[in-house]
Amino acid sequence: MRRIASRAGLAAACIALAGFLLFPLYYAVITSLKSGSDLFRVSYWPQTADLTSYLRIWGEQNFALNILNSVIVAVCVVALSLALSVTAAYALSRVRFAGRKALLFAILAISMFPQVAVLSGLFEVIRGLGLYNNLAGLVLSYMIFTLPFTVWVLTTFMRDLPVELEEAAIMDNLGPLAIVRHIFLPLMAPAMAATGLLAFIAAWNEFLFALTFTLSNEQRTVPVAIALITGASEYELPWGNIMAASVIVTVPLIVLVLMFQRRMVAGLTAGAVKG
Amino acid sequence: MARVQLQNLVKRFDRTEVIRGIDLDIAAGEFTVFVGPSGCGKSTLLRLIAGLEEVTSGTIRIGEEDVTHSPPSRRGTAMVFQSYALYPHMDAYKNIAFGLKMAGTSPESVDQRVRRVADMLQIGGLLERRPRELSGGQRQRVAIARAIVREPRVFLFDEPLSNLDAALRAQTRLEIARLHDELPSTMIYVTHDQQEAMTLADRIVLLNKGRIEQVGRPTELYRKPATRFVAEFIGLPPMNIVPVRMEAGRAMLRNGDSIALDVPLSGAADLGIRPEAVALAHDDGAGALPARVAHVEDLGDASFVHASLGDGSRLVVRHGSEGAVPRKGDRIHLHLPADRLHFFGEDGRRLLQTPAPASGAEAKAAGAPDGR
Repeated sequence: MRRIASRAGLAAACIALAGFLLFPLYYAVITSLKSGSDLFRVSYWPQTADLTSYLRIWGEQNFALNILNSVIVAVCVVALSLALSVTAAYALSRVRFAGRKALLFAILAISMFPQVAVLSGLFEVIRGLGLYNNLAGLVLSYMIFTLPFTVWVLTTFMRDLPVELEEAAIMDNLGPLAIVRHIFLPLMAPAMAATGLLAFIAAWNEFLFALTFTLSNEQRTVPVAIALITGASEYELPWGNIMAASVIVTVPLIVLVLMFQRRMVAGLTAGAVKG
Repeated sequence: MARVQLQNLVKRFDRTEVIRGIDLDIAAGEFTVFVGPSGCGKSTLLRLIAGLEEVTSGTIRIGEEDVTHSPPSRRGTAMVFQSYALYPHMDAYKNIAFGLKMAGTSPESVDQRVRRVADMLQIGGLLERRPRELSGGQRQRVAIARAIVREPRVFLFDEPLSNLDAALRAQTRLEIARLHDELPSTMIYVTHDQQEAMTLADRIVLLNKGRIEQVGRPTELYRKPATRFVAEFIGLPPMNIVPVRMEAGRAMLRNGDSIALDVPLSGAADLGIRPEAVALAHDDGAGALPARVAHVEDLGDASFVHASLGDGSRLVVRHGSEGAVPRKGDRIHLHLPADRLHFFGEDGRRLLQTPAPASGAEAKAAGAPDGR
């Protein structure tokens, strides 16, 4: 009896947690399927499946361009962050040099500043570089919060790879680049998938920098574009469109997570080199 | 197959000197074992030869070529690591083939060589498996195969058996000995296990604190240790060491017990004798020391009798299966045959060369040519 009770308790807790986490998304989905004045009636079950909101967002503003912008920015951020952090991780975990620890903590410290605190200073930097209202400015600024994280994770991961592997590769006639390409990259793929995915999500969802550093709709990324969706008149907030857009931009993230989760889990549990 | 010569080799890490001037000449095709306690520098010495560590000063020659500053890939060496260091993301076949492939060997030739080596090590059926699907012994074989397939001039083994259990270790040891017979390669093997050193080596290099204590054939080190350190390191249980005073043809313990000895020595010395050389004497005959049995270990075919001498020093006696084994607390007498005694001075060096079976000139501490 007690076992059944405790199991039931656990199941209830899991359901409650899942409900708590998923409810906002669920509510966005059902809201996006409503139209007209239904939007302003609170209901928790889908009643209609009206796709007009989904169709409308493509027409009223250049939402496809916004999505493309987001993809460009997020992909660049992930690619640059991983490339820089793999090389940095190699230096920080394998090369002995003075101030290595201090450098690691400095990198960590950078990620402690709230975005708002660096916003105005960063704005000057972006403008000074001539990157205002330019996607490159967003890529640059996003790496402020993706790099510390990716560098740290990859450094710890690389530190756990036995040095002998590298030495075995050296004995096998491999140069430094070949070692990274043939030994480190395959072994670090799970860690890179995990950190890359998180960097992608962070870049994809970022709002404040995107709002501040862009001006025209042609340069806007999805979160800003969604926030700035306007209705027919300024007294109408087009909830249907906003929710439809939100659902559309969430789907790629869910697909990515599902795609990589097996790989990440498989890689991380695959076990040690020595076993 | 290549000769390996080390000349006045020194390696310093920051301020610590790990290798302190080593001269060594390893003949082509020889199986040399570096042995010593942990921290003696044996692994560092191997890594210097491999080129994984930069030499501080001195020269390394492989063949007749100076490779002191050559990258590892140019030295013609292959290494088997203690942790095997197999690439976890490649199956056994790819692990073995990888070095060849990177060197640009043609695929047919790679395949042929990998299969031949795999047959040699009896891992032909395991080639599709990844390292984590292999047992410790199988991983070891793959690691050895990876080294063999490159047909190096010199094989380097860094404690290859220390991750295996005892039974597997004995078996793999035999196999490495067989490999040495089949392959025309110089082999350098690092271990901390004196038994491995004794059974595998053509020649043992015993290291201590970055210096060579003695170089020689296993039996030489066993029968004629150059220093007290060698005497105590080689052999299990180790050689007994008893501090004595040499006076008027007698060796005297601190409590006054003594035995007659006709050796040209005087003053303080350490007397050494192997457990199997000590004989039990039941009467107080000439040249016998009184002792009390402190502990007996019965191994079945023999017993180790731990005896306590009059001055309190311990002495282990190997007692064969014949005759009654003394029991704990028994009073016994120990006969120490004069021709089995070793003497060491206060600096730990051997004092007399006589007791060893006559084999000619004294082996020099380093670089002595092998007598065979």
